[in-house]
Order: sequence, then structure tokens, then C-alpha cells
Amino acid sequence: MESLFAPFGRWILATSEEMGHFVFLVRSTVLWMYRAKIEWRQTLMQMAKIGVDSLPVTAMTMFFTGMVLALQSGATTKHFFNVPLFIGTVVSFSIVMELGPVLTAVVVAGRAGAAIAAELGTMKVTEQIDALYTLGTDPVRYLVIPRLLAFLMVLPLLTVVSDFTGILGGLFVARVKYDIPTIVYWHDIIDNMQVKHFVHGFLKTFIFAFLVSMVSCYKGVTTRGGAEGVGKATTQAVVISMVLVLVIDYFATAMLNALGIT
Amino acid sequence: MIDASGVMKSFGKRTILRGIDLTVETGETMVIIGGSGCGKSTFLKCVIGLHAPDSGTIVVDGTDITKLKTEAEIANYRRRFGYLFQEGALFDSLTVEENICFGLKYLTDVPTSKYRQIASDSLALVGLKDVEDFKPSELSGGMKKRVALARAIAAQPQYILYDEPTTGLDPIMSDVINDLILDLQKQLKVTAIVVTHDMKSAYKVGSRIAMFHEGRVLQVGTPDEIKNTADPHVRQFVEGLSQGPIKMKLKEFEADEAHDGARRGKA
Repeated sequence: MESLFAPFGRWILATSEEMGHFVFLVRSTVLWMYRAKIEWRQTLMQMAKIGVDSLPVTAMTMFFTGMVLALQSGATTKHFFNVPLFIGTVVSFSIVMELGPVLTAVVVAGRAGAAIAAELGTMKVTEQIDALYTLGTDPVRYLVIPRLLAFLMVLPLLTVVSDFTGILGGLFVARVKYDIPTIVYWHDIIDNMQVKHFVHGFLKTFIFAFLVSMVSCYKGVTTRGGAEGVGKATTQAVVISMVLVLVIDYFATAMLNALGIT
Repeated sequence: MIDASGVMKSFGKRTILRGIDLTVETGETMVIIGGSGCGKSTFLKCVIGLHAPDSGTIVVDGTDITKLKTEAEIANYRRRFGYLFQEGALFDSLTVEENICFGLKYLTDVPTSKYRQIASDSLALVGLKDVEDFKPSELSGGMKKRVALARAIAAQPQYILYDEPTTGLDPIMSDVINDLILDLQKQLKVTAIVVTHDMKSAYKVGSRIAMFHEGRVLQVGTPDEIKNTADPHVRQFVEGLSQGPIKMKLKEFEADEAHDGARRGKA
């Protein structure tokens, strides 16, 4: 009879094997980046796909996040001090250091990460990935590296736009709901915020870009089993990227704090 | 010349190739026939290095693919092959011309200014015209196969590997593809391996035919030898009979019973 622990053991084995394969993909990506010319045309196309297409949805997400932060902090400070205080400070710190990078990465993982996994997964099950080999190139060189580079260049830019729209959302609520003058809101921000606070959030976006793009590419190129497999790979790519972003965010923050960038 | 000996390949617990010995002479068209899952396509993928055999050797013009280690060496080895995939495997984000010229960038030093010409020449060889700017999704099944064939021959390979070139096509289009394979053979003087289970196609294009069964080579011979074979397995396959020594599973339990019966008979 099978031991009760057998399924658990199998899960551990499968997960370790998958992590090993993932590390191999990362290694191969680094090696190809050294060895071969970078496909700039593909990279630019991916930048447009990931960046331009994700911009409206990330901007809207962050605008409303800024709005709700202003609403909540205004309500709380009003409750304690009878006047809404430091709305700009709360909104800007929350957004620039945490919510901007994290929510942008999560939204882009849901949008562009899913698209990458689905596209590469379909290519895999229709033998297009094999065809790349027979035509003298490699999926890592032709597909993975352009997507990784595009993510590394675009996600930080998207995050800057997100930070900005988030703060604007906060301003909108501060003005309309709490009648706070723009100059007060603005001073709440610039009197307290330093460049290193921005750098703190900005540096994290590179880690998120790496995670989301590599996980999505990995799930895509290892897809098996037809349309069902593509669906499964896409779901897994999104779920794993999102969870990883949130988990790694804690450790990245802890590391940056230890380095004094906080 | 392609010389394979003792090629074995398993995926997990499933053993697909159990020791393939097969020699394809330069200039001939070797047709590999056999039922689904007998390892035909797996063997083809081993030849071009998409799968690494577990054991055995595949020597192509003195180079043993199983001994190549680095990706660069394998890429260099693949240079001499054109591969026609079962479903074409055209890149659907690229146009027909970009598909055909895709390999030129990586396999050859041809300047990009010549790509358009090469694309239309390759298309002409497979009997197509003025489709360079179409996307694969705008083409019919037969046209896709032809474009895929044009892509396989664009970089002028010495060897062409065809994975079920006529599967999924109507009988007339199948025969057109057969004619194309013969035509390319004459014009480009390539060595070819054709994997198929379409016997009409096998007899027409093959200089020799090899029958695979359960991961081994059952018989190799000219089309006439295969047609008049004494081997009951090969005879059953080429005549397309459900009754015979090859047990196709109509129902799992029937096949098992037949198997048990045979075993009991032996005992």
C-alpha cells in the first residue's frame, strides 16, 4: 500500500525538478546573451506589445488605487484629528515604495505574462519551437531574450507612469472630496519624500520584470498537451508570477532596508 | 549518407525506439512506414537532433549527432537538413516570405537584399506564386504544407526530412505533394527520409521503404519487395487489414485477451 506521504514526496520531486529546469532556462538565457547577437527587432516589438498595450490598464489601476488611498487616509485622519491630514504623504509613500511597483507587476503579469505563456505554449504544441531549432536558431535566443529585455526596459517605465497616475488619483480625491489645495497635497509629498524612496521602489521593478518574464517564458516553452496544455500553462504562468512578485517583494524590501535604501 | 545503429529512446517509462538500425544512402529517398506510435517521427527527430537518443549512434557524413555536445555544434550539424513538420509549423506571426527566409538569416550568409528573390524561387519550386505577403492563417491546408516545404528547402539543404507530408490532405493534394517530393528530388538531388503511413505515397516517392514496428525495423526493401513481402506484419500493414499479427486495439480488453491468448498458445 502506498504511504500517506507518497503524494507529498511526489509533489516535492516534481517541484524540485521544475525549479531545476527553470534554473537551466535562466542559465541558458544568460549564456545566449553573451554568445549571440540580440534580436533587437523582436525586442522592440515586444516592448511595444508589453508596454504600450499595458499602459491604459496599469494607469487606470493606479489612478483608482491612489484615489482609494486618499479616501481611506483622509477618513482615518479626519476621524482622529477632525481634519484630513498628510494625504499626499500617505498616498505617495504607499504608491512609490510598494503599490506602484507591485501592482504594476501584477497587472502586467496578468496581461502580458499570460499573453507570452499562451503564445509560446501554442508555438510549442504546434511544433513551431522545434521549427526554430531546425532553422538554425534557438527559442531562448529568438523568443526568451527579447521578452526578458523588453520586460526589463518597459516595466520600470510603466511603474514610473503608475506612480505618477497614482499620485494624481490621490490628488483628485483630496481636492474634490476633502477640499485640500493642490499646493498642500504637493508639499505633503515633497517635504517628506527623498530620491531614495523612489529608488527603493524603482529597483524592485527590475526584479519583478525578471521574475514575470522568465516564469511566463518558462511556462510557455515547457507546455505539453494541446489546447488544454496551453490553458494550463497560461494559468500557471499568471498565478506563479503574481505569487512570486508578492513573496519576493517582502525579501527585496528587507534587503533594500538592510542596505539603507529606505 | 545517414547511418543509424542501435538507436534507443524512451520518454519516462514508455520506450519508443528499441534499437533502430537503418542506413540511408546518399541520393535515395527512404520511406519509413509503420503504425501510429511505432517511433517513426521520434526517429526523424533523433536524426535532426531534436531528441537525443538514449543509446546508439546516428552518423551523417562522418558526424555522429549523439557525440555532439555544445549547442553551436548541434546547430552546425542541423545546417545540412531541411525539415517538413507534420502540421507545417509555420510561424503564424510572420508572413509567408518571412517564414521562408527565416532560416537564411541563421543558416547562411545570403544578404537580405536577396531574400525576396529566394522566397519567390522557393515558392515557384513548390508551385506557388504571389503569396509572399500572406499570413499562414490566410492559406489553405495544402498551401501551408507547400509553404512549409518551401521554407525547408530555402537554405538548400543536402537532406530533407518529411514528417507525414500528406497527412490531413485530400487525395488529390496528397498526390500533388508526392509529385513535389519527386520533383525536388530530381532538381535538388537531395537525400530524403519520408515518414508516412500513406502507402500510395510510400510506393510513389520511395526508392526504398523501411517498416517500423514497436520501435524496431521489421523490413527494408524496394517498393516492389515490400509490396510482395512474405513478412506477415508488413503484409498486414501495407494491405491495411485489421486482422493479422499486428494487434490494433479496438478495445483495450480485446487486445489484452488476444495477447493473453497468444501467450497461452506459446506456453
